[in-house]
Amino acid sequence: MELFFIFVAIVLTQNFVLHFFLGICPFLGVSDEMEGAFGMGIATTFVMTLTAIITWNINTFILKAFNVEFLEYVSFILVIASLVQLVEMFLKKYLPELYETLGIYLPLITTNCAVLGLALFMVLREYNFVESAIFGFGAGVGFTLALVIMAGIRGELNEEDIPKPFRGTAITLLVAGLLALAFMGFSGLVPT
Amino acid sequence: MIKEFVKGIWKENPVFVQVLGMCPTLAVTTSLINGLSMGLATTFVLVSSGLAISALRKLIPDQVRIASFMIIISSSVTVVKLLFEAHIPEISSQLGPYLPLIVTNCIILGRQEAFSSKQPVGKTLLDNLGMGIGFIFALVVLGSVRELFYQGTIGGAQVLGTWYKSMIIMVQPAGAFISLSLLVALFQRLSESE
Repeated sequence: MELFFIFVAIVLTQNFVLHFFLGICPFLGVSDEMEGAFGMGIATTFVMTLTAIITWNINTFILKAFNVEFLEYVSFILVIASLVQLVEMFLKKYLPELYETLGIYLPLITTNCAVLGLALFMVLREYNFVESAIFGFGAGVGFTLALVIMAGIRGELNEEDIPKPFRGTAITLLVAGLLALAFMGFSGLVPT
Repeated sequence: MIKEFVKGIWKENPVFVQVLGMCPTLAVTTSLINGLSMGLATTFVLVSSGLAISALRKLIPDQVRIASFMIIISSSVTVVKLLFEAHIPEISSQLGPYLPLIVTNCIILGRQEAFSSKQPVGKTLLDNLGMGIGFIFALVVLGSVRELFYQGTIGGAQVLGTWYKSMIIMVQPAGAFISLSLLVALFQRLSESE
């Protein structure tokens, strides 16, 4: 039950994008068409799940064991950067079709603050291994959900006559605000 | 030279024009003081890592430059985090995980990739300082607006009378998105009419 609540919380009530403002750059950047949004979401979910699993091990067995927690940020960002590189090489070699679809989004994930944020939150909340893995996967699902909903709305908005100063960024942020309001309706789903 | 410095503040403002560094912009601007401390911390990281990268630009091999930049940036962030924890612990705990998240602030990596890694130290200093001040400007404006409409104060000082009923939505995520949206639109309108 605990695990289920962690998952629901990170997908709906404490969505990374709409509640913690993590991953806003890709959220604003690639949410203008559905296919790209979905591809980015899947690639990010993949990297996030792996990041959660690997950084948990590094934090527990290296940083804490040797008392070098001040190296947290440097080592986490290195893990993420090399993980993204590895995933890219793996896909290129063994799953070339998937690579074709996700390829261009992969390098962008390194600077997606949601991935580093995930590792930091995991340490702050002192999750155990299974909880961390669920948290990482859930964060990715929540990110994908926000991205896909946004892409759907923006598809409709393209047809509308928007006042000039609002075109582009401003209207997207406004829609994000309304989405965040809507997601507040989910609060209470998870007992705190 | 002056041009390198001034462009970041208005014409190429990192938040309002380039739409970079959105996570901290939205997350920590619940009050003027939080916005200001985040802006200062980010500027410190931007300038110190920029100087290091500019000085080392001929030594860093091209293929591993992004990884090298990330290590320099994250070391600089570690310094800031430890300084904040030691000297202003209340603000450090208010900013929470958003302080270490400066590492992935795209303003910083963007500046290093586009400018510091190609330009001499002097120019880099001016450019990065200008961008930093532009970022501080944006955070302070957004922080003030949100604090004002939340409880009628700016920087803790009462601005609106005691009749003002606090508006909790302004410090919640939805309020952050909506106020930034209106500010971006206002900025667009202003720079259009110039």
